[in-house]
Amino acid sequence: MADGQSTNQPIIEIESISKFFGEFQALKNVSLNVNLGERVVICGPSGSGKSTLIRCINQLEHHETGEIQVDSVELDGSKDALNAIRANVGMVFQQFNLFPHLTVLENLSLGQIRARGKSKTEARELSMQYLERVRIPEQADKFPRQLSGGQQQRVAIARSLCMEPKILLFDEPTSALDPEMINEVLDVMVELAESGMTMICVTHEMGFARKVADTMVFMDHGEIVENCSPDKFFDQPDSQRCRDFLQKILHH
Amino acid sequence: MKKIIVLGALALLLSSCSGNWGWYVVDPTLPKGLINLKFLISGLYYTVLLSVTAILISVVVGLLVALPGLSPNKYLRGFNRVYVEIIRAIPILVLILWVYYGLPQISGYTISVFWAGVIALALSDSAFEAEIFRAGIQSIDKGQYEASHTISLNYVDTMRFIILPQAIRRILPALGNQLVYMLKMSSLVSVVGMQELTRKANELVVTEYRPLEIYTVLLLEYLALILVVSAIVRWFENKMNTDQR
Repeated sequence: MADGQSTNQPIIEIESISKFFGEFQALKNVSLNVNLGERVVICGPSGSGKSTLIRCINQLEHHETGEIQVDSVELDGSKDALNAIRANVGMVFQQFNLFPHLTVLENLSLGQIRARGKSKTEARELSMQYLERVRIPEQADKFPRQLSGGQQQRVAIARSLCMEPKILLFDEPTSALDPEMINEVLDVMVELAESGMTMICVTHEMGFARKVADTMVFMDHGEIVENCSPDKFFDQPDSQRCRDFLQKILHH
Repeated sequence: MKKIIVLGALALLLSSCSGNWGWYVVDPTLPKGLINLKFLISGLYYTVLLSVTAILISVVVGLLVALPGLSPNKYLRGFNRVYVEIIRAIPILVLILWVYYGLPQISGYTISVFWAGVIALALSDSAFEAEIFRAGIQSIDKGQYEASHTISLNYVDTMRFIILPQAIRRILPALGNQLVYMLKMSSLVSVVGMQELTRKANELVVTEYRPLEIYTVLLLEYLALILVVSAIVRWFENKMNTDQR
């Protein structure tokens, strides 16, 4: 259950955005506000636009209509806006997307050195600090392929943290993992949530959602169908679509 | 190296059972033969220098031509297409003749045989390098760009630190191929008087009139050279692969 660290200070304001892939409309007038320190979990059937929505927040996708403001910066497609949000918004991917030709430490340090202008020693120090936080400092000099999936995803989380973002986006971070590795990643995410990080997680891990979410969002066919507290979401969601979905994923 | 020895032994064996061979022209135990052999081998310097200079330039130009080909901008992609299609369509020999005899008339500068050769070979090869780079870069997963985007790397850093190191590993065999191809094509520069392996052999044939033996030596020279290059490329490939583990 949420422990009330969320503030009333809005950090992400999404105002009726739409996104098309050719003929297909991935997002239909979606609006969502997220406060500083708020933990939002987004779920919904595949193809419902969850990933597209969070990818619009860090501009991996560009919305066609509507407005997004992140930390008071209007995402208008300009280079300045792009640089501003990239600095503030980190992302963890389903497929980890670690750099296979670099060691764990290099994966973590590269952005700090090239984009933040830190020295090698400074970068190394912070990298080790975050590696300890995700509990794999001993893997620093290994290459990603030498690690298990769960370890790789933890490295990916540490890599995002090294850029010291205000907001972290998770795009189905446990979906590519073997079942026995899911918990080690979720544990790290729970810890992060407890530390007050603003998080938006696309995930179907409902146990995790119950534990950390301040807000549950249910999407279907490119629309936000449900946007409410976890209590209401799990016990008495308004829509039939949401009830059907929950029954499907919680029913075994 | 074994192959060279076997081939050499075979050639010598054949010579002993046929009256048509005259190995004396390149027999290192004879004073004249040794001089001839040294003369032939002296072409190695320019063959290697020409090929290496040309390939270095063509790799850089190839990369610079490949990158616009991957751009979302259609004019940049158009530039890439036009460059590749035009350059690829010109026979290397024709390009060598054009650069050496034709280019000075437009530019007003005379050009040395060496640089004419380098320009022609590099230009011709750059179109192929561009396509190899494009294929290599396109083979890298989209997620690598996205991860790079999220850690705030700009385009140049993304290419330099993330995409190219991975792409180059994948295209090393193809780059090795081009290097071998370039070494062989450098023989064409002999037609404008470049003092490389083929030219030396041609000149010796004119004075000695022993084409069979001299061209056999020439053939073995290229074979040896290319086997060495192949070995270096292989070694490099292995090194890069082990670095990754």
